[in-house]
Amino acid sequence: MNYFPDEVIEHVFDYVVSHSDRNALSLVCKSWCRIERFTRQRVFIGNCYSISPERLVQRFPSLKSLTLKGKPHFADFSLVPHGWGGFVYPWIEALAKSKVGLEELRLKRMVVSDDSLELLSRSFMDFKSLVLVSCEGFTTDGLAAVAANCRSLRELDLQENEVEDHKGQWLSCFPESCTSLVSLNFACLKGEINLGALERLVARSPNLKSLRLNRSVPVDALQKILMRAPQLVDLGIGSFFHDLNSDTYAKLKATILKCKSITSLSGFLEVAPFSLAAIYPISQNLTSLNLSYAAGIQSSELIKLIRHCGKLQRLWIMDCIGDKGLGVVASSCKDLEELRVFPSAPFGNHAAVTEKGLVAISMGCPKLHSLLYFCHQMTNAALITVAKNCPNFIRFRLCILDATKPDPDTMQPLDEGFGAIVQSCKRLRRLSLSGKLTDQVFLYIGMYADQLEMLSIAFAGESDKGMLYVLNGCKKLRKLEMRDCPFGDSALLTDIGKYETMRSLWMSSCEVTVGACKTLAKKMPRLNVEIFNESEQEDCDMEDEQRVEKMYLYRTVAGKRNDAPEYVWTL
Amino acid sequence: MSTVSKDDNLALSSEDSSSPDESELELGLGLSLSHTVKAHQYHNHQHASYARIFTAKDFSSSPSSAGNKRPADSLDATNRPSQVVGWPPLRTYRVNSFNNQVKSTEPFNSVAEKSKNNNTVVRKNTDNRVIDNSINIKDKRHVKNSPFVKVNMDGIPIGRKVNLSSHSSYETLAQTLEDMFNEYESTTGSSGKDHDMTIRGEWHSKLLDGSSKFVLTYEDKEGDWMLVGDVPWGMFVSSVKRLRIMRTSEANGLGPRLEEKNIRQKNKPI
Repeated sequence: MNYFPDEVIEHVFDYVVSHSDRNALSLVCKSWCRIERFTRQRVFIGNCYSISPERLVQRFPSLKSLTLKGKPHFADFSLVPHGWGGFVYPWIEALAKSKVGLEELRLKRMVVSDDSLELLSRSFMDFKSLVLVSCEGFTTDGLAAVAANCRSLRELDLQENEVEDHKGQWLSCFPESCTSLVSLNFACLKGEINLGALERLVARSPNLKSLRLNRSVPVDALQKILMRAPQLVDLGIGSFFHDLNSDTYAKLKATILKCKSITSLSGFLEVAPFSLAAIYPISQNLTSLNLSYAAGIQSSELIKLIRHCGKLQRLWIMDCIGDKGLGVVASSCKDLEELRVFPSAPFGNHAAVTEKGLVAISMGCPKLHSLLYFCHQMTNAALITVAKNCPNFIRFRLCILDATKPDPDTMQPLDEGFGAIVQSCKRLRRLSLSGKLTDQVFLYIGMYADQLEMLSIAFAGESDKGMLYVLNGCKKLRKLEMRDCPFGDSALLTDIGKYETMRSLWMSSCEVTVGACKTLAKKMPRLNVEIFNESEQEDCDMEDEQRVEKMYLYRTVAGKRNDAPEYVWTL
Repeated sequence: MSTVSKDDNLALSSEDSSSPDESELELGLGLSLSHTVKAHQYHNHQHASYARIFTAKDFSSSPSSAGNKRPADSLDATNRPSQVVGWPPLRTYRVNSFNNQVKSTEPFNSVAEKSKNNNTVVRKNTDNRVIDNSINIKDKRHVKNSPFVKVNMDGIPIGRKVNLSSHSSYETLAQTLEDMFNEYESTTGSSGKDHDMTIRGEWHSKLLDGSSKFVLTYEDKEGDWMLVGDVPWGMFVSSVKRLRIMRTSEANGLGPRLEEKNIRQKNKPI
């Protein structure tokens, strides 16, 4: 079969980069599988319990980059009780033991202890990049270990983690010899930072391109840092609070003028009113702007700023921008590709957004492909218009704050609106629904959303048919998650083979019973079917007729896991 | 070979469309409020109050702030409040940020005209925030952390665990603790303790107001030991790691109240 020596095939494989392509290569024949194995450098594991660390390490001895995801997505909204799992330690341990030359580790929704960070920092001489998203379990002591021991560290990127801040000197633990930093993001840390150490670190990192500061870095320190790093491309501002008449502000304005490379801006965790004018000079270069944490910016200031941002491709803001403000976005940001509008607090904010803002965006920004939109209401007519104007959606996530709210104009469910979206957007891969919805919307989804990989549902549907439409129709479905839907045993059990083609299924507050879950687990040994029993009764009945409050099932080759807490029953 | 790698390959998926490389947040979906009403029933607006992100503003202005008194929609162990767990579907991190920012921008705006040195006070307050994650705060805590916390009492080697989510106020918690440790009390017989402990109905208030030989303390998320009862109940539940019934004599020099703690940390050198 192989007309070429292995080395040639290896060389060819170097060009095959995507995970799914590499997977496909490995299935062609034994020798390709072998060659692929030994040359594979990057692995992505969407569910850390789908395979054991040992198995991974055994198959891919040349592994350099590993991405792992742990808890189910709904853990983000506190639906997964504490202690469920997702511990990274066994992975790091297995990698360390096998002497894999790990260089990059990217984790999402995992539990990361200080011990694991310490072990990580000591085990891999060439370790370069650590990215932690929505993780928990570690403190700044763990970060200190990484800083101190990873000699070639290029990237330390902490996004929205719960980190216990011991107010130590973790930043000072970067040795003087560390000059390789390219990306440093500690915006989510709550504690104070040694500003002098930060400044010196920046000064000796000529390759630093991305720097995201936390709230404790004041504006005068920011100014000094920017002086040292005019080459920055991505900046996250911590505190932007200053007296508009001060020297600091004047210096800051002058320094910002020099930062011509900045194309991505975020943070503004604290902002002085009317201070954004300092940013105007660089606004026209921005392609990415994240002001979703900048509660201190008034909507009028926000709108003024956005008028300057003609090149924006990604915008994350709060709904205080209002429908009118979104109109300004639509007229100013013609290249917009990704928009996220988050709800600001408190409720009842008159400037919050409705379907009008979304329609305006769709008219002005035809390149839009990713949307996350929290709004007070939506209409079918608006969704149909949006679908027509923006057929390129890959991700469409709509959150109507009152989730079973119908179309306020017609009092109809939003089936037709979402139906239009799935019919028009042929490349749609991710969809989140809200509003009043019947089984009809699922019929549409099953019929049209053939690229759909992830679907999130809440308080929607009328009968098991709804879920079945989706399971039967969406051939590429990987993740299905639902809460408070009237889908029960019949829907769950009709096509059990489907679940082996998917990564996972989450059902909470639905109508499935213990008995059905047991049946499913028995018939499908390569699925882990987990039920969470959170009741306090000691001998809580697990009778078959009982409704299951939370069920999470996922395919796995690793069998039942051994780190599950007491409340998790793997059937 | 092929079955094994094929199986493995199921685990080695391709990247998610859901999270483009740099994407931070993953927010799911709109969730309704009226948890008792299933979607297939027509949503009755009378039952539906709009859910929202509670902020410090709500609590400071409203007379019945959560925790000090029982809130109107009482959160006992069986009933859910009119808000639903996981609502709105925002990452806890972001929700906490909102709550903080409301707290910080209010005093912030008012001191903006004053000396700019005051910004450190503002910053410290948000630094040392307690998670006022009042969206359904008890339920959130219930599902996010284990509702059970350890309780140890000085002089008793074996600890207990108490389920915080089945309480909505300090009084009921203290009553439960009294019940729990009563059985030990009758066997220990140290002077003074029997007297204090066995008087039902008085013990818990003594414990809370500091007039008994014991005080109820807790360790918070930052590792400090604090007196129970200072902060609103919800705030307490979200920051408590474990409880200790401490001899009053040992409690001297215990963690000060919240404001003092702020000031202490403000003055700490970096």
